[in-house]
Amino acid sequence: MTVSYDNSRAVYDGIKAAGVRSLSALPETWLGLLLQRAESDPEMKLVQVSREEEAIGVAAGAYFAGEPHILLMQNHGLFGAVNGIVSLAQLYHVPLCMLIAFRGHWGEPHPWHTRGGIVTEDILRALSIPFEHARDPAKVGQQIAEAWTFSQSALAPVALLLTRDLMEEV
Amino acid sequence: MKRATCIEMIYPELEDKLVVTIMGACAQELYNLGHRDNFFYLQHAMGLASSIGMGLAMHQPDKKVVVLDGDGSVLMNMGGLATLARYRPPNLVHIIFDNGSLLSTGGFDTHTTEGITDLAAVASGAGIANVEAVDDTVPFGEAVIEAFERDATSVIVAKVEAVGPDAYGMDLALPENAFQFKRHIAGLA
Repeated sequence: MTVSYDNSRAVYDGIKAAGVRSLSALPETWLGLLLQRAESDPEMKLVQVSREEEAIGVAAGAYFAGEPHILLMQNHGLFGAVNGIVSLAQLYHVPLCMLIAFRGHWGEPHPWHTRGGIVTEDILRALSIPFEHARDPAKVGQQIAEAWTFSQSALAPVALLLTRDLMEEV
Repeated sequence: MKRATCIEMIYPELEDKLVVTIMGACAQELYNLGHRDNFFYLQHAMGLASSIGMGLAMHQPDKKVVVLDGDGSVLMNMGGLATLARYRPPNLVHIIFDNGSLLSTGGFDTHTTEGITDLAAVASGAGIANVEAVDDTVPFGEAVIEAFERDATSVIVAKVEAVGPDAYGMDLALPENAFQFKRHIAGLA
């Protein structure tokens, strides 16, 4: 299993087509090719955080500054960011558009990812964070644009789960 | 040295800057001097005031951004100092009021009490070049003036007494504060 070069590009193109030129991220395998693109793109501002909760603060700062911003993280990073999501983003009605690598689900070979994968959707539901799954490279661009639009109209966090079907190739 | 005195000293200088404070006493002491639309009070999510400041500073490079932080909050987001050092937005001034206490949540000692953890050393070790540690009002004022004039990320660790305001309360709903702050920044363009 390797990360899909073409589909990583489809996600990155979707981010740019949504008009976003600012990203925060904590690198992980599925996001690696995306982040390489961001690093080599002179139009893109990338903040690599030490821990995902920081990115909630960075995203809020970007929002206040009027700069469209997307957060990239693994689902386990989402868990570590929960208080920031609740007590900054939701409390103050700050939108977050989160693209989340959905590790530990159907087809997952690594035991260490499995508990996180199993609880991810329930955690999102418990936090009232609307989410969709991105599986098809032909549709992911539109899904990113829709996630972006919804986060801004709802002034709330929304999540697009980047699945194995999208991010890996056999 | 009291934090309220420090904030009062720099209050006139904050008028043309974007200010993010942490929760509780620090927010209240700034508010009590007179709220302005360029002040954002993070009343929860401890640790993230500095991260908000970094996001603001990176995307509003022509405005000075001032974070009024505390030892308890910095201890919750020490990785944020490393992120700040890596990207070092030149327009960010990060003031850490270190009272060695979780004053707003019951007054328990923090790890900085009696100098156990040295936050100025932590900031320097994280890679921030301009770090000042001060424990009196005159050096505090001088450090802040220098930081406001400097075109580089600055951290000031100010040792203060563990005292806060007599009463808490703001006539400002939290989302209202966020909307005001965003609108203020949009109006700067």
